[in-house]
Amino acid sequence: MANMAQAVRMALHVGEEHLGVKDIFGQDVGAPLGGVFTATQGLKTAWNTPLDERGIIGCAMGIAMTGDRCVAEIQFCDYIFNTVDLLKIAGNTLWVSHGNYNMPLVVKTPVGAGIRGSVYHSHSFDAWATRLPGWKVVMPSNPLDAYGLMLSAIEDPNPVLFLEPKALLRVRGEELLPGEPSDERELKAMIDAPLGDRSKWKPRWPKLDETFRVPIGKAKITREGDRATVVSYGRMLTLCNRAADELKAEGCAVEVIDLRSLYPYDWQTVRASILKTKRVLFVNEDTEVTNFGEHLSYRVTQELFYDILARPRLLAGKNVPGVGLHPNYEDSSVPQYKEIVEEIRALIAEVP
Amino acid sequence: MSVTKKTLKAPAKGLPLPKELLLQMLDLMIKSRVLEERLIKIYKAGESYFWIGGPGEEAWGVPLGLLVNKGRGHKHDYLHLHYRCSPTLVAMGMPMIDSVRIMMNRATDTSTGGKNFSNHFCYPEWNVTPVSSPIEVQYQMAIGTAWAQRRENKANTKTKGVTIVTGGDAGSAEGDFASCLVWSSRKGYELPILITVQNNKWGISTAYEGQHGEKSVADRGKAFNMRTEVINGNDPIETYIKLKEILEYIRREGKPVLLEATTSRLYGHSSASGASPIPEVDCNREFSMRLMEWGLITEKEIAAITERYETEAREAQELARTEPVPQPEDIWKHIYANNENADWRKF
Ligand SMILES: Cc1ncc(C[n+]2csc(CCOP(=O)(O)OP(=O)(O)O)c2C)c(N)n1
Repeated sequence: MANMAQAVRMALHVGEEHLGVKDIFGQDVGAPLGGVFTATQGLKTAWNTPLDERGIIGCAMGIAMTGDRCVAEIQFCDYIFNTVDLLKIAGNTLWVSHGNYNMPLVVKTPVGAGIRGSVYHSHSFDAWATRLPGWKVVMPSNPLDAYGLMLSAIEDPNPVLFLEPKALLRVRGEELLPGEPSDERELKAMIDAPLGDRSKWKPRWPKLDETFRVPIGKAKITREGDRATVVSYGRMLTLCNRAADELKAEGCAVEVIDLRSLYPYDWQTVRASILKTKRVLFVNEDTEVTNFGEHLSYRVTQELFYDILARPRLLAGKNVPGVGLHPNYEDSSVPQYKEIVEEIRALIAEVP
Repeated sequence: MSVTKKTLKAPAKGLPLPKELLLQMLDLMIKSRVLEERLIKIYKAGESYFWIGGPGEEAWGVPLGLLVNKGRGHKHDYLHLHYRCSPTLVAMGMPMIDSVRIMMNRATDTSTGGKNFSNHFCYPEWNVTPVSSPIEVQYQMAIGTAWAQRRENKANTKTKGVTIVTGGDAGSAEGDFASCLVWSSRKGYELPILITVQNNKWGISTAYEGQHGEKSVADRGKAFNMRTEVINGNDPIETYIKLKEILEYIRREGKPVLLEATTSRLYGHSSASGASPIPEVDCNREFSMRLMEWGLITEKEIAAITERYETEAREAQELARTEPVPQPEDIWKHIYANNENADWRKF
């Protein structure tokens, strides 16, 4: 099975071949490295930019203004913050120009903790991202969704922020991408750049199904259950799945929803599940104050208040300035597996 | 106009540019000035919330507007302008009513739909990308259109579109200006871009001297091995001749140029500082006097042109008054392409 970095790479290749992508760029994105997480290795339109995040976003916006398709990378979302006003403009250009200028661009960036990345390789960006009207925001939790969401993002006429849970980029999926060779060693030999001299290396791309898409705005129920609903995305989603499996073994079926798209989000799927289970927990690792999960739980109280049996809960990162390197710092800052299990148990145990 | 004595003498060496062009430039400079003065009147009459614009930049902006390769797509020039570029748009053929509609935030304003301040133009059919208020961000986006043009120019040698970006002197302190220099001049990846600075010697109230150690902003280009120029942006003849040659150079060589034009700010920064006349070099006045001295036009003819444009501008205001305004539900339009729903209440 492909890992997420390979899946993104293959989607970008399909983008170059079939969806008109003319430029894939960012710091160390081109040869020889192909991205610090290898997600852009071997791509024919990939190139290295100056070490200038504002330039990267501005360049992507200019390319998009010509109608050409591009995918820009910010090496770590920790370094996207100095571009926020440009992201605002990318999101408001169509609106402020009264429908005159589309911004069909994709910005991909690794997010979140989970690799002992210390203060400046552990930031999350999902809460910030959902405060950028005009953007679509997606975050896959597995390689297949990464492949399908990237293709949808490239095709979308709007700016799309593609958040890559960095701790999952090297994790293999449980499902094959359509057309992917079933032997992962074969895939590696085909598309992973060799160590050492790469100047003569060329990837051999597998014939993937280029029509496969994961539509933006559609969530996925990853565990079915009726005792409670857990809504998450990215790395936290994988922990929620595990928690549901543990509880299932005890005879307690919890429904887990992978939101996949943060904006626009699939309220209908979330709503239907909450109406069934009457209890909901939102989980993500961005800091907890003005967190995206707060918007979702607010909406639950506004629209489903008289249908639910417990107060909606949010488990998110502590509102501290960063994720410290020592495990005691990281583990106390971002939600941990055990906390998720405990929070679900408490949610189910709550008596109205 | 205060010139009464006419020498009726052409310059000794003949006219520096064809007579028709000189007269056309003066005509457009007057048109642009009259338009801006009308916008100021609209502001002062309480029919708008704010004015910012380009009176004092006509001698720079009109030649630019006449020289751009106007059209849509990579083959044509991309313009990343700021809020003082009315002369360029007027020279490109923008009707006065367009500017008045922005000023009066009408629903008929095709640039912003009544959302943005005066002179925040947007003309996709002419590659005029949306003018945006944050200072200097246009220098970042210009990198992208120039990059796309470089790619297409290489693929098709007949295609020679270039990117042109404008902004003020104070704004050049932003990192975005440095980004533009860095990205435009990378060895082997030089961009077909004209990076310009209109130096009116002021930020809002901060003088050039207090902000800059460099003698001229253009000098900064030297460190990036790019061609640099400082021109008198109050002289439309010098501007036209130099700009023409520089644009030809960029089209031919595919390389960047950093050009600084000295200009005036004849009504101050904006309505926030009163929008009242400031005694600085007035390029319209100087150019009028020159063309009168050369016997190309009379004071009476200039007065007639001015009056014609004043009538056009006043009628534009009267028309705009009768036009519809944006509606409350319009806030949800154009957030996503094809008016896809962006209201979470309807997800
Ligand atoms: C990023 C940003 N900072 C501050 C402002 C407020 N502001 C508007 S115009 C201006 C001065 C700009 O001076 P300059 O670049 O010289 O251009 P000029 O207005 O003189 O033509 C300032 C500070 C702004 N619009 N954007």
